[in-house]
Amino acid sequence: MKKPYDLTADYQPAAFTFANKKAVEEAIARYPEGQQASAVMPLLWIAQRQHDNWIPRAAMDEIAKILSMPPVKVYEVASFYTMYNLAPIGRYHVQCCGTTPCWLRGSERVMAACAEAAARAPDGLFTVSEVECLGACTAAPVLQVNDDTYEGLTPASAKELMALLEQGIDPKAGDKQ
Amino acid sequence: MMLSETDRIFTNLLGPGGADLASSRARGDWDGTAALIARGREAIIEEVKASGLRGRGGAGFPTGMKWGFMPKIVDPARPHYLIVNADESEPGTCKDREILRHEPHKLIEGAVLAGFAMGAQRAFIYIRGEYQAEGAALEAAIHEAYAAGLLGPDAAGSGAAFDITVHYGAGAYICGEETALMNSLEGQKGQPRNKPPFPAGAGLYGCPTTINNVESIAVVPTILRRGGAWFAGIGRNEKNCGTKVFCISGHVERPCVVEEAMGVPMKDLIERHAGGVRGGWDNLLAVIPGGSSTPLLPAKICHTAIMDFDGLKEAGSSLGTGALIVMDKTTDIIAAIARLSQFYMHESCGQCTPCREGTGWLWRILRRMVDGNAQLDEIDLLWDLTKRIEGKTICALGDAAAWPVQGLIRHFRGEIEHRILDYLKRGAA
Repeated sequence: MKKPYDLTADYQPAAFTFANKKAVEEAIARYPEGQQASAVMPLLWIAQRQHDNWIPRAAMDEIAKILSMPPVKVYEVASFYTMYNLAPIGRYHVQCCGTTPCWLRGSERVMAACAEAAARAPDGLFTVSEVECLGACTAAPVLQVNDDTYEGLTPASAKELMALLEQGIDPKAGDKQ
Repeated sequence: MMLSETDRIFTNLLGPGGADLASSRARGDWDGTAALIARGREAIIEEVKASGLRGRGGAGFPTGMKWGFMPKIVDPARPHYLIVNADESEPGTCKDREILRHEPHKLIEGAVLAGFAMGAQRAFIYIRGEYQAEGAALEAAIHEAYAAGLLGPDAAGSGAAFDITVHYGAGAYICGEETALMNSLEGQKGQPRNKPPFPAGAGLYGCPTTINNVESIAVVPTILRRGGAWFAGIGRNEKNCGTKVFCISGHVERPCVVEEAMGVPMKDLIERHAGGVRGGWDNLLAVIPGGSSTPLLPAKICHTAIMDFDGLKEAGSSLGTGALIVMDKTTDIIAAIARLSQFYMHESCGQCTPCREGTGWLWRILRRMVDGNAQLDEIDLLWDLTKRIEGKTICALGDAAAWPVQGLIRHFRGEIEHRILDYLKRGAA
């Protein structure tokens, strides 16, 4: 399960700096002049990918400064969308779809297999969440690990997937070339 | 009525042919785009009107008419925008995903043509955050299009400028609603706006804007090349015409995404393309015909249901996005619909009270009904509740949450009653 966020928690780092300034500038430049607030979502994405798959408060404050927005507007956006993680999360965020098209094809058993494998793995490696429709219904049941979608799963293949990830093997490495 | 091979628009829908520019060109994309643009704004809109194309994102509004709402003269201080809605999130629906990853050049060329027709020089494609691989395929195609001069200051040699920006969502069903999408794109929470003003008057950044579904835009180049009359000639009549990309998920032998003629009988669609219902047609319990928000149809109606706007309206449901969720007789139908209620509860943006509170009520009552732990008169209460959500909210999410529950009560009231009585009996024993 994802942890609920807490902007004053001890795990919040004091400061955040974007490592890739050029990516930030390019994201802002994609929108019309004077509409830099549009870049808030892309910048949240960049921050999340840079910072172990979660967005600390310091990053949101930095985004607010860069985009000349009140910080609360950035918190509002970040907390509205399910995919932004606002608290520390496992290295692999295993997002199991549980909506009806996946449920009809056995998503509950796939999710249980993932949860079981995660419980046996070292702390901090996996976070397993039930998510709503991932939009790959004809390949149900599906799950998404960080940015990658896995289709047509069974409890056995889900366990194999979790085992590969635990060994640090990227099952999608071939697809990405 | 089945689609003939020569009328197929998405010849690479499932991808063996490659999504790159050279392969797309070999399939006919970007063929004489400048000449299509040279016909002029009005001529393009008239051709799309003549095609009878209705929006493929769920609402079915006539596309050409929608484009015609954009101001005829562009005020330089208020540029026009085209937004392509690739926030495909209606459970059951994954058709735009195939277009994005296997036919991206149809979408890009369609955006250039549609954008020109509405006086826009810029399109935003809003793609759901989960579609990272699909987004990468689309961005690669956009990059190729810029390198080949198909996008940019002289798009496809037409003399008109056109740019495309891809914007990723981050997991919010509501952003598929057009005004929520615009708020999201502007850097706000994705909550719908009141209408009026309508987007064609004041949309993105307060400027004239038109939002179309991926499929609606991607069919435009072929419609312009082959003529509106050709597209209008496919299907039962001019209100229910053209090709449609259907998604068939759930209890079928081979779940699939397939392009078919509008007006195909539901049974043919399932049997010819998805290998039939698991265990045979007689094992069918019900089908949700157009994505999760459309009321389910029990097997006896499915025998004769026609897959187009009016066909499914007559059957008591709706074409929606054309996503069929098939359920066989092993399905706990109450649990299947309760899971959809959970979806709508999760996805309600929280802005309107009837939806924010009501979606949770629906789910909590249905969750009890799955076990039978309810009173018989709660079935009427549940129905009444849906009627107090439907039509009482800023956007259609409230309606979308109400309809599947209404479909359940309309067709499976006996099943709910049976389970409640059974629970009572077990309690007494």
